[in-house]
Amino acid sequence: MDETRRDLLATGGKLLILTGAAGIGLDFVLAGEPEKAPNYDVMKHWWGMAIDIEKCIGCGNCVRACKAENDVPKEPFYFRTWVERYYVPDVDPREPHAEMQPKVDSPNGGYDGFDDVYRHEKSGKTFFVPKMCNQCAHSPCVQVCPVGATFESPDGVVLVDKSYCLGCRYCVQACPYGCRFIDPRTHTVDKCTLCYHRITKGLTTACCEACPTGARMLVDLKNPDDPIHEFLRSNKVQILKPQMATGAKVYYNGLDGSVR
Amino acid sequence: MLRDLYRDAEHLFRVVLLCVVGVLVFLVARAVAVPKGFGEYGHYRAPAIRDAAAKTPVFAGQAACAECHDDVLATKAAGAHRGVHCEACHGPLSAHAADPSAVEVALPDGRALCVTCHEQNASRPASFPQVVPSEHAGDDVCTECHVPHAPSVQ
Repeated sequence: MDETRRDLLATGGKLLILTGAAGIGLDFVLAGEPEKAPNYDVMKHWWGMAIDIEKCIGCGNCVRACKAENDVPKEPFYFRTWVERYYVPDVDPREPHAEMQPKVDSPNGGYDGFDDVYRHEKSGKTFFVPKMCNQCAHSPCVQVCPVGATFESPDGVVLVDKSYCLGCRYCVQACPYGCRFIDPRTHTVDKCTLCYHRITKGLTTACCEACPTGARMLVDLKNPDDPIHEFLRSNKVQILKPQMATGAKVYYNGLDGSVR
Repeated sequence: MLRDLYRDAEHLFRVVLLCVVGVLVFLVARAVAVPKGFGEYGHYRAPAIRDAAAKTPVFAGQAACAECHDDVLATKAAGAHRGVHCEACHGPLSAHAADPSAVEVALPDGRALCVTCHEQNASRPASFPQVVPSEHAGDDVCTECHVPHAPSVQ
């Protein structure tokens, strides 16, 4: 009886050691070699965008280009980028304390351009503001994702792992800029990838490619020769909702205080 | 004395055995369940970065246009449209860039295209050239007077 138990324990022990080794080995086999994109080092870039509001003419080229490039649903409520039109009335000297109420509209996200509805306004000011994912360095959408399906890549782009996304919509609610939507075809979240498939191949984004006035500029903050450094130096630049400490990397020149 | 102390040690072995089996089951299950590359850069699947980069571009990019159409770019360089990339007006053409004979580039409809940018709009920066098309040209087509690649008046 004692002999049998000893044999059993000895055999069992050997099996355990073998299984353990196999388990750890399996871990390595499944993890595999980390894969890298050819000729692109994620550690050598830090992407963002500069938008010059004083150059935006509201033509909608960026919105159309984005939808064409990224296969965004054509319905008028799915956008990776869109253009807003602001109308800010003058301060009324009789009621200077009244809260400023800008009018904001974005018919079909600016996809079809804008009718000149403010042509008869004698007062106030009106301008266009292109909007997109701000590629936050401390992104609220990443913080709320329960499964690690959305993340900040090492080169500073907020991406979505569609094979991992549950479609729970936490990130849609968390984004302070309203940049996310649920794709009706996949029921997973979709957003601007800063044309990650283009910028990793040395191209610029589709919106920058299509912008006729150069109002948008793709920028690589890790590149010392990038014009962004001169842009930031020579302009009064602001990000959207700086009070939320999102680390937004879309830098606006000429951003009015009324823009939300 | 020592013998007495370890006399009933078998059930201790059993507990240890169970713990070891538990740890092993966990390790194997973890190896199977955690996807490849998870945690390499952070709390996400590292190959998802490669997935995002895998798509084929739809817009070819200005450099691709310049490979063949340097004559057009030379014309453009002298005019006000020098900063406007080809695909801003001609649309996405990576298929044409990959095989120029496969996709014929359709000429854009001059009038409809030009007003996309140049129709009068109060929200546009005042310095940007804008017209009310009916007052500016009646029913005439823009290209009767303007050269799109270098749009001064002929």
